[in-house]
This record gives sequence, C-alpha cells and structure tokens, in this order.
Amino acid sequence: MKIKLLNISKLTFFSVFTATVLMVGCNGNNGNVEDQIEDSVKTDNLSDEFNKAKQVIYGIPSPIETAMLMKRAGAKYNQDYLNPLLNVGNYTTTKSMSLNLGIYSTDLSFASMFEQSQSTIKYLSATKKLADELGILNAIDKSIITRLENNVNNRDSSMEIISETFMNSNSFLKENDRGEIAAIILTGGWLEGLYIGCLVAKNTASNKEMIERIADQRLSLNTLISLMNEYKNDPNVQSILPDMERLKTVFDKIQTSSSNMEVVEKDGKSIISSKSEVKVSTKVFNEICETITEIRTNIIK
Amino acid sequence: MKKIFIFIVAVTMVAVLPNAANAQCKNFAKKICKLELLPYVHDGIYNATVLSEGETAELYKTFYSGQEYRITICGDENLPPIQYQVLDAERNVLYDNKKHQFAKNFDFKLESSKQLIISIQVQTSDELSDQILSGCVAVLVGFMNIENSFKQY
Repeated sequence: MKIKLLNISKLTFFSVFTATVLMVGCNGNNGNVEDQIEDSVKTDNLSDEFNKAKQVIYGIPSPIETAMLMKRAGAKYNQDYLNPLLNVGNYTTTKSMSLNLGIYSTDLSFASMFEQSQSTIKYLSATKKLADELGILNAIDKSIITRLENNVNNRDSSMEIISETFMNSNSFLKENDRGEIAAIILTGGWLEGLYIGCLVAKNTASNKEMIERIADQRLSLNTLISLMNEYKNDPNVQSILPDMERLKTVFDKIQTSSSNMEVVEKDGKSIISSKSEVKVSTKVFNEICETITEIRTNIIK
Repeated sequence: MKKIFIFIVAVTMVAVLPNAANAQCKNFAKKICKLELLPYVHDGIYNATVLSEGETAELYKTFYSGQEYRITICGDENLPPIQYQVLDAERNVLYDNKKHQFAKNFDFKLESSKQLIISIQVQTSDELSDQILSGCVAVLVGFMNIENSFKQY
C-alpha cells in the first residue's frame, strides 16, 4: 500500500510538474500554435519569402542611442535637465518603477556620453535600485558598479558597460515573458530623450539640428505605439497609451514630404539617399514640448 | 510505470527545450553575434529568436540622418544562410545581402531620417532531410561613436 501510494504521488508529482512546465513553456507564446498552422499553410508558398513575416520586432531608440543623437545634435550637459536622484524613493508601483527606470537609463547614458563620471555612477545606482525592485537585478552583473567605477573615465568602456547592462535587462524581461515591462522601460527612456531634447533646443541659439531630431521622433513614436499595442491588455500599458496617442496627435501636425530612396556607395560604405522636407512651426514645436513636459512631470513626481 | 515515466520525461523535454533554446540564444547574441558589431557601439537592444529554415522575421526601426549604423544579422552555424533585405516603408528593396554572399553586416548612413524594415529569412537547406533545421538568429544594431564616424556631408 505504501509503495502504491508512493507511485501515485510520484505520478501526481510528474503530472503536475509536466503540466506546469507545459504552461510555462506556452506562456507568452500563444502565437506559436497559430504560427505552426500558418506555416503549414504557407509551406507551398515559400517563394513569397518576404511577404509575410513570422515575427515582428519593433526597434525603439535605446537610451544609449538617444544620448548619442542628442550629443551629435549639439546638446550640452546640464544636470538640471535630468530626473533628480532623490526622486528614486518615490517610485513604488510597477508602472512608475518601469517608466522611471527608462528615464534614469537615458539620464545615465546622457551623463556617460558627456563624461560626467560622478553622475554616471550615481545614475547607475538609481537604475540598479529600480531594477532590483522590479526583480530584474539578477540579469545585471553584480560587479557592474565596480566595473563602471574602474572605467568611468573611459567613455567608450562606460558606454559598452551600459549597453551590456541594458541588453541583459532587456533580454531577461523578454525571456521571462515580461515584454510589457521592457516596452514601458523603453517608453520612459524615449520620453526622457524627447524632454531633454526640448530643453536643449529651447536653451540653445543654434538649435536647427536638435529641432530636426525632435521632429524625427514622429517616426519612432509610431513604432513605439505599435510596440505598446502588442501589450494593450496590460493595465499599465493601457494607462500609458492615451498619453502616447495625445503626443502623436501633436506630432501629426508636422508637415513632411520626401522623395524615393536610393542607395549610393561612398568610400566603401552605403549611403541611403533621399530628399525630405520637414516643416515644424514654432507653434507645433512649443506644443510638442509642452505636452512632453506635462507627461514627464506626471511620471517623475 | 516505466513507460509512463519515459513518456513524461519525453514530454517534459519537449516543453523545456524552447526555454533552453532561448537561453542559448541570449548567449549566442551576446557572446558571438555582438562581436560582429565592433567597432560600432551596440544600442543595447536584444533582438534574437529561434527560427527554422524558411521562417521569417521583420524588424521595424527608425534610423536617423547623419548617424552611421551597422546592422548585424547572424544565425547558428547549423542553420542554412540567413538572407535579409533592407526595405523602405513602401517595401522597396534597398539592400539584399544575398547579392553580397550573405554578408552578416550592412554599414550605412542616411541622408534623411527614415523608418526602415529589416526582413530576415532563414534559407531552406539544399540537403534532402526529413529534419527541419532550426537555431538562433540575432539582429543587432550598432552605431558609430562620434569621434570615429566619417564626416557628415
């Protein structure tokens, strides 16, 4: 009897284990079955290779890319533009922690890009704290602060460490079916870049390139909204989307026209050439900046 | 009982393998594919997935004028070659790596900022086999550090 009971409990254990593993394996991959069905239908039609994609990936500018774009557009470092470090203790919900992790990641990249060594270390500590509270600290190398401290005067190394940290967090979230958190972090980072860009443009006499960069964000905003729509059933994403849509309404007032693209070779590198005209009136520019300031103020408080 | 045990183990393996493959995919992207980006700085975004031969994926991303970019696409060594095309928003082909011996890297810059589509497909194997090959495919984007970049025009 004892042996029989043991066998039943073993069987129960394995059944529960198997069911659990199956559920975990399927979680977040609801499209797989559909994909398989779709793939079997498509088998005879593989010559239409690029017409239907199995998987769509939305590429949002990362905090590092945003910082690089701002520096290239002539931005100067100003600590006052960044989210004060003292605010880090205010964020207790998943939504506020995720958005502000993105914001601090952009601030960290901004400080590092301008070789602000003390600020770089402090902003890394703030991002580490929020990552810890979001349960993604395991994705980050425990020795990261020491590594950054040892390399803080070398901008290339610092950027490499920040890039690696961001990639580890990003991949950890995606692999653990927490893609919506990754999307919210990217949203926070993107909003901070736009906010800093507005401040730089308003406080710089020669700001043509920065205004162009801000206008370019209409393209990334569309991708960002598409990414967020992937997670529209998530309540946190749902609560952020209206602000993004509001911002899009303002960006849609920018007038654009462009010619077809062609690729030309120059010095062994490809240049994708096209003429485009983007008209941003002062009124629309101010409206973009006012809207982003209002959204960002609500996030960082 | 032994048969049930074997069945359960087999089912468990099938269920666990995709997750193990994901972990391998991350390591592949970080430790192998990322090296292909050098000397460009990785933007920090992780885009990697397990694809089988014939399967496709697409990356939508805005690329900014004046910035010098490298797109690196690499697949597990057991996979057939990875073909990718760079398309504009109207899906006109701007670059096709099949015409460049399935080159992993595409270095470029844009005259004006645009959203581009990177369309990727794992080629089907020429060898006759009843087994469909699958493996990790990573798509990484890097940009040139300002000081290293060639001059804007």
